[in-house]
Amino acid sequence: MSVRVYIPRDSSALSLGAESVASAVAVEAARRRADITIVRNGSRGLYWLEPMVEVETVQGRVAYGPVTMKDVAALFDAGFLHGGPHALSLGPTGKIPYLQKQERLTFARVGITDPLSLADYAAHDGWKGLRAALAMQGAAAVKQVTESGLRGRGGAAFPAGIKWKTVLDTSADQKYVVCNADEGDSGTYSDRMIMEGDPYVLIEGMAIAGITVGATQGYIYVRSEYPHSCRVLAEAIALARTSGHLGPDVLGSGKAFDLEVRKGAGAYICGEETSMLESLEGKRGMVRFKPPLPAIAGLFGKPTVINNVITLASLPIIFAQGAAHYRDFGMGKSRGTLPIQLAGNLKYCGLVEKAFGVTLRELLYDYGGGSASGRPIRAVQVGGPLGAYLPEQQFDTPLDYEAFAAIGAMVGHGGIVAFDDTVDMAAMARYAMEFCAIESCGKCTPCRIGSTRGVEVIDHIVAGRERDKNIALLEDLCDTMINGSLCALGGMTPFPVQSALKYFPNDFRSSLNRKVA
Amino acid sequence: MSEHEQDRNAVINRVLEERKHQPGALLPILHGIQDALGYVPREAIAQIAQALNLSRAEIHGVVSFYHHFRTSPPGRHTVYLCRAESCQSMGANQLVEHAKAILGVDFHETTRDGAYTLEPIYCLGNCACSPAMMIDEETYGRVTPERFEEVVSSVKEVTA
Repeated sequence: MSVRVYIPRDSSALSLGAESVASAVAVEAARRRADITIVRNGSRGLYWLEPMVEVETVQGRVAYGPVTMKDVAALFDAGFLHGGPHALSLGPTGKIPYLQKQERLTFARVGITDPLSLADYAAHDGWKGLRAALAMQGAAAVKQVTESGLRGRGGAAFPAGIKWKTVLDTSADQKYVVCNADEGDSGTYSDRMIMEGDPYVLIEGMAIAGITVGATQGYIYVRSEYPHSCRVLAEAIALARTSGHLGPDVLGSGKAFDLEVRKGAGAYICGEETSMLESLEGKRGMVRFKPPLPAIAGLFGKPTVINNVITLASLPIIFAQGAAHYRDFGMGKSRGTLPIQLAGNLKYCGLVEKAFGVTLRELLYDYGGGSASGRPIRAVQVGGPLGAYLPEQQFDTPLDYEAFAAIGAMVGHGGIVAFDDTVDMAAMARYAMEFCAIESCGKCTPCRIGSTRGVEVIDHIVAGRERDKNIALLEDLCDTMINGSLCALGGMTPFPVQSALKYFPNDFRSSLNRKVA
Repeated sequence: MSEHEQDRNAVINRVLEERKHQPGALLPILHGIQDALGYVPREAIAQIAQALNLSRAEIHGVVSFYHHFRTSPPGRHTVYLCRAESCQSMGANQLVEHAKAILGVDFHETTRDGAYTLEPIYCLGNCACSPAMMIDEETYGRVTPERFEEVVSSVKEVTA
């Protein structure tokens, strides 16, 4: 009988050589006349073990990793096709503690199935949510979303049900669903993992959204930095069309819903929803004034549901298992689970899907294993380039939208970037301003000019020129940007700057003064 | 009109014919042209403007807004180095300096032999394997200075 061998085709696994491992396994198997079937799965998200190769044995799936091309012959010698022992053996995949301790709802299938296999998707509870949604009236479906407590996972955490209700209640000849897959925040990669590892869950989620609010066309706006995700999605959409899950008659319901992938072009600002709409319309990604809300006048002026990949990919399980099942995870007003992404200077970087409430410290040390460099972790940035830098004394904060807001931070898209004690926080503050200057759409003055002035003022401070005066100026500038900017880019760029200044003031002394201090 | 220009025009016209009727067609058109030619020639702007019934200024405004689009030909390979926070926490700044020294160019420049164009990029979603880079459409993780040299030269040998 053919043995199934799983070798991920996730971008990160590929970036570590998964393609050459897959070729080597195929060549070695042919040479030894071993009967194997190679499945190119998504990643389980244990990135320090990638490329992680799994084999289906009588005892279930067992893992080996990190595997390089050079290890392949030895793995065959060790009888890995039957789970044989080897230095790279990790035992049964499901028993790896990092995975075992997680609560994977949105990521239930990622790394387990063949991302493009419709049969696999259906066999792992796929399309159940869509069938349930098709049997409901729009209002009942919206109620389901509201009751699940699902909030936008892109970063703003706006209750998804409210947005949907507005679109449902606005009558129009055409409505749209737009998926924001412009995952530009450093430290985040969960959207990418879903698109590459379980594209049908996103397609199903978007179909549920479309059917519910009466939209017949959806767009997935994927950043150009993710060429592999674009290819997988396009392929999955074409397959879902042939199987009748997309198209003029979704699952024989008589309702239409179709999808198209649209590629961004390297502009961070296009992750802001109105700027993304402009981009989809073929324009410069300039932020729009609100109102009107996109839910009333969005893409091409029509009512539009805009949600992030993870928000949409969480819908199938909510509809399949009911709102209560999802809502029962989490704490306070943060319901359900969050796919957290551990990144930067950590020993065990990876995807950790947990109910809200897990603390930063647990994530950094119990999961992340401390810094990769072995030095103390000095600062952590949560929620991307617009998130505050948090010092050690805040590591006990639970991941919860309100708890983070209370300390002037944000959960955002759930990316966590750790820095060891070699980090220069004045340089990071300067980078935040520099990044804003590069990526500002230029529509409002505080963002367009403030960011450039921010870089200059930080340079003056670090050089020791009129330090106190310039710190006061920087604080004033941050205040202007926060209160005067049109969108979150200008409005939140000051958060990393202010937090760096507040918690790491010594880094802002000139190198000469720092030595004296 | 040279043969090269004729070929280029044929590509631009083909992309325009295929894509101009899509709603919000401009980005798909620019991607189509850049994917085929490696850049969006300035001469294409008038053709696109005419096909979409927009002004040349509007097309220029869009091309120049997005970092991804370029109006001059790149080298045979484009090396994108990630400068974002996660990669910085794992030594991206040192990698950038190393890459610039090895290739002898700054960002947005092309090596004298035309082999590589060096570009900064802000996140490849490979933050669990920082520092990261992308060459053309292949991503690489945990890029040490040694691995950088190894990968860059292997790419050149394969397809140059």
